[in-house]
Amino acid sequence: MVSAFRGQSPVRSVVCMIDVTQMIEVRGLTKRYGRVLAVDALSFDVMPGVVTGFLGPNGSGKSTTMRMILGLDTPDRGSVRIGGRGYRELGWPLREVGALLEARAFHPGRSARAHLTALAASNGIPASRVEEVLGMTGLRGAAGRRAGAFSLGMAQRLGIAAALLGDPGVLLFDEPVNGLDPEGVRWIRDLMKSLAAEGRVVFVSSHLISEMALTASRLIVIGAGRLLADTTVAELSARSASLEDAFLELTASTAEYRATGSPS
Amino acid sequence: MTTAAVTHNEKHRGHYRFRHAARMEWIKLRTLRSVGWALLIALAGMIGIGIAAGVNTRNPRGDVTNNILAGGALGSLVFAVLGALVMTSEYSSGTIRATLTAIPRRPLVLAAKASVFAVVALAAGELVTFAGFLAGTRFLRASVPHPALSQPTVLRAVALSGAYLCLIGLTGLALGAIIRHGAAAVAVVVAGLFVAPLAGLARTGAGKFMPELIYANSLVATQPVQGFTVSPWTGLGIIAAYTAVLLAVGGWLLASRDA
Repeated sequence: MVSAFRGQSPVRSVVCMIDVTQMIEVRGLTKRYGRVLAVDALSFDVMPGVVTGFLGPNGSGKSTTMRMILGLDTPDRGSVRIGGRGYRELGWPLREVGALLEARAFHPGRSARAHLTALAASNGIPASRVEEVLGMTGLRGAAGRRAGAFSLGMAQRLGIAAALLGDPGVLLFDEPVNGLDPEGVRWIRDLMKSLAAEGRVVFVSSHLISEMALTASRLIVIGAGRLLADTTVAELSARSASLEDAFLELTASTAEYRATGSPS
Repeated sequence: MTTAAVTHNEKHRGHYRFRHAARMEWIKLRTLRSVGWALLIALAGMIGIGIAAGVNTRNPRGDVTNNILAGGALGSLVFAVLGALVMTSEYSSGTIRATLTAIPRRPLVLAAKASVFAVVALAAGELVTFAGFLAGTRFLRASVPHPALSQPTVLRAVALSGAYLCLIGLTGLALGAIIRHGAAAVAVVVAGLFVAPLAGLARTGAGKFMPELIYANSLVATQPVQGFTVSPWTGLGIIAAYTAVLLAVGGWLLASRDA
């Protein structure tokens, strides 16, 4: 079991092991907050081996969908399966799924090392793996400091270190490049591509079409909580003059849908 | 069977248990600076108030032990606030999302958190009350009787005082799970412990169900208090029942609400 955590880089020594049993299956997912239908009968699959972008305007339901995949929010209807099981049925969740959520998910008074050590203990992950992910994310020098004093880039790196902790086959990143400098953006982009190349499921949400064009090969596009397109970057680009035009045409329909639905 | 399938199975065999959740909660608890500070304040308060009460005890027929343990009011406030913050800081910092993705069985998370906190709070509670008692008895005047831990009623009073701090801390934790907001949880704790008795309810029949009154008139009493008929062990049972009910409600809400 320990062998799963050996190795200094996220790149596995095993030659590309695509494991389709790890896929994410979203079926008829629906979530309502009061009068707002945040996610509306959403269905799609996320396959391993490629970076899948989860694209939609702000407020389109991306984060809500991510939270439902992780079992943090309970859907009103529909289901999510990861490798055939719901998140809450996973035996060692952090060894199967790693997630970077949009908001910070650590206590400002705790050190990065303490935060990761606590998470590692919860899933029977050896303490040596904490040092490995600190090294991978370039946080080793800052690991003993209060995480509350971290810059946005360092906080993102700590979130990524937590996601990689269990060496999971499925990775979720919610708006990972938000607020990062160009160097940080490049680092995350390369990391996601290398994780996918190792045969992992990599599912990345963004509202930035330009970023997705550089990172993702598959695209799930949503607007107003509904599926607008389940496609590839190449297919979507071919629909219009540019990928951005194609995206704006797609999401314009949800803007109209919203306008007619509003009382004004 | 393919290589990938073998790796997958080996890696994912087994399941997290209570001990994994408890280990996580123990690491989280001991890496929060506020825990150490709070316990230090409780220790200083129990010793300081114990000494002050010892010096000022003049009635030779009064309940000297009870006087010396008067710091329990401050101590219970500190423990309640600490318990509430241990839970609500998960929400204010966002740590709750990391916690619940690591251990998705939410009642297990609360059970582990409450258990770890209970062990630490009981040890700390006994430490601060015994320290306060010993400090207070050293400063007693020669004219009043000097209670000793060798007397069963005195030992019971001091030990129950520590247990009370632990239970009130757990109540704070449970309220934190229910309310999820630090300031609001602390306000409810203060209202329940101190405002309700001051609001004139103390003289009604409801008084014997109020934690602070049970503490002062029963748990730490070595002489019967007139008009207060709750025995120390019954009093402890009433407070433990409050704690258990609030923890159960907190666990149910944690499991049923979105994080």
